[in-house]
Amino acid sequence: MENILQQIGIENYIYLSALLFCVGIFGVLYRRNAIVMFMSIEIMLNAVNLLLVAFSTYHQDAEGQVFVFFSMAVAAAEVAVGLAILVAIYRNLNNIDIDNLKKLKG
Amino acid sequence: MITTLFYILSAITLATAFLTILSKNPIHSAIYLVLCFFSIAGHYLMFNAQFLAIVHIIVYSGAIMILMLFTIMLMNLNKEDEKNKSVLSRIAAVVSFCLVALVLLATFIKAEPQMSRYYASGEDYQSIKVLGQVLLNDYMVPFEFASVLLLVSMIGAVLLSKKEYING
Repeated sequence: MENILQQIGIENYIYLSALLFCVGIFGVLYRRNAIVMFMSIEIMLNAVNLLLVAFSTYHQDAEGQVFVFFSMAVAAAEVAVGLAILVAIYRNLNNIDIDNLKKLKG
Repeated sequence: MITTLFYILSAITLATAFLTILSKNPIHSAIYLVLCFFSIAGHYLMFNAQFLAIVHIIVYSGAIMILMLFTIMLMNLNKEDEKNKSVLSRIAAVVSFCLVALVLLATFIKAEPQMSRYYASGEDYQSIKVLGQVLLNDYMVPFEFASVLLLVSMIGAVLLSKKEYING
């Protein structure tokens, strides 16, 4: 296993991450279930993390990977708080359909 | 060999990501998302970033997905009674997905000749030792703030999901 970027090339990773990010956007737009929207957000975060690691290898710099650690910590915090908000919404409305949350709409 | 592995892993990643979104049952979505995370950990392993791959499996496939599965089961959402969005907004979602993918891919394909060639210097930059030194020397303050962030989010999650009693 010599070096992965010499055989595959950074551009394929860029395309993969861009497509994965677009799949995440598609999920947020397509579904009404708030939990699946959360999962789509996780997919988007993972696409960005993958590209950060790819460029960390490309520039041979450890700081990209350190940034991925912080991004994982923030993602974990975000999921914990977001799911707590979903539980609170579910208690009030008995479903988590985001189309029911229109009270802030002015 | 490595190229085939890359294409197989990428196909698994994209396919499971799509299945996460398209499957009706949230439990199935969660299972597909775990598969997606494992294939991304495989990508990290191919970059030789072992520590990151392990942390990714522990944090995402372990902690986050368990949290989501517990929430799904707690709310009893594992039935397929979700009403679909209107046809118009679904078509709009598909069209915007295609447009965003087109723009991003076109940009990066156009930018590809500008990228410099990859040059491997052979020095050690991603072993656990080097990562620990970078994390605790250069990024000491953000590291501590990350712990504060986790504490705050824990307190916030407990407070938000506690039952509210109406005083009186």
